[in-house]
Amino acid sequence: MAMEAAEIEHLIKTGLPDAEVHIEDLRGDGDHYAARVISKSFVGKSRVQQHQMVYATLKGSMDQALHALGLQTSIPEDA
Amino acid sequence: MSDTVNARIEDEINNNDVVVFMKGNPMFPQCGFSAAVVGVLTHMQVKFKGIDVLQDAEIREGIKAYSSWPTIPQLYVKGEFVGGCDIIREMHEAGELQALFGDKAIAFSEG
Repeated sequence: MAMEAAEIEHLIKTGLPDAEVHIEDLRGDGDHYAARVISKSFVGKSRVQQHQMVYATLKGSMDQALHALGLQTSIPEDA
Repeated sequence: MSDTVNARIEDEINNNDVVVFMKGNPMFPQCGFSAAVVGVLTHMQVKFKGIDVLQDAEIREGIKAYSSWPTIPQLYVKGEFVGGCDIIREMHEAGELQALFGDKAIAFSEG
């Protein structure tokens, strides 16, 4: 079962309200996405912690619905 | 979370400087993301141990719980979780992986 990009974006934004989220469906199959997440809440966190924060917003969707979600996290330029 | 699987995981990451929990093995990776991490380590000529989670369902689930990280591959350096494919690639490109290995006294080649 695949997920919609909009659903992924919604989940991330719900968990990280100030985040700017860009989702790309890498293969057009709803199963392999790349997400770029930009948020002030990442300031001071390691890459691993930042990615864990994003995974946490997806609340276990990774296990069932998503086969692959490439992540790129960063802080806003003006942070 | 079972104590035995945690003990097994800790045994591996504490007894081997560089460990990748991956799908397949370093000679024959079974997934593109695992292959990418193996590729980076091989390019840097780092000595590492690959653990094939496809051969061990307990480790496959246990390692995700251990690191609170939902995906494979997972790279551990001196017992510490460094990241998955995206992070390793980013760090390699930014020179941060080289810096990490330098800090941890792990031999690698600048290539």
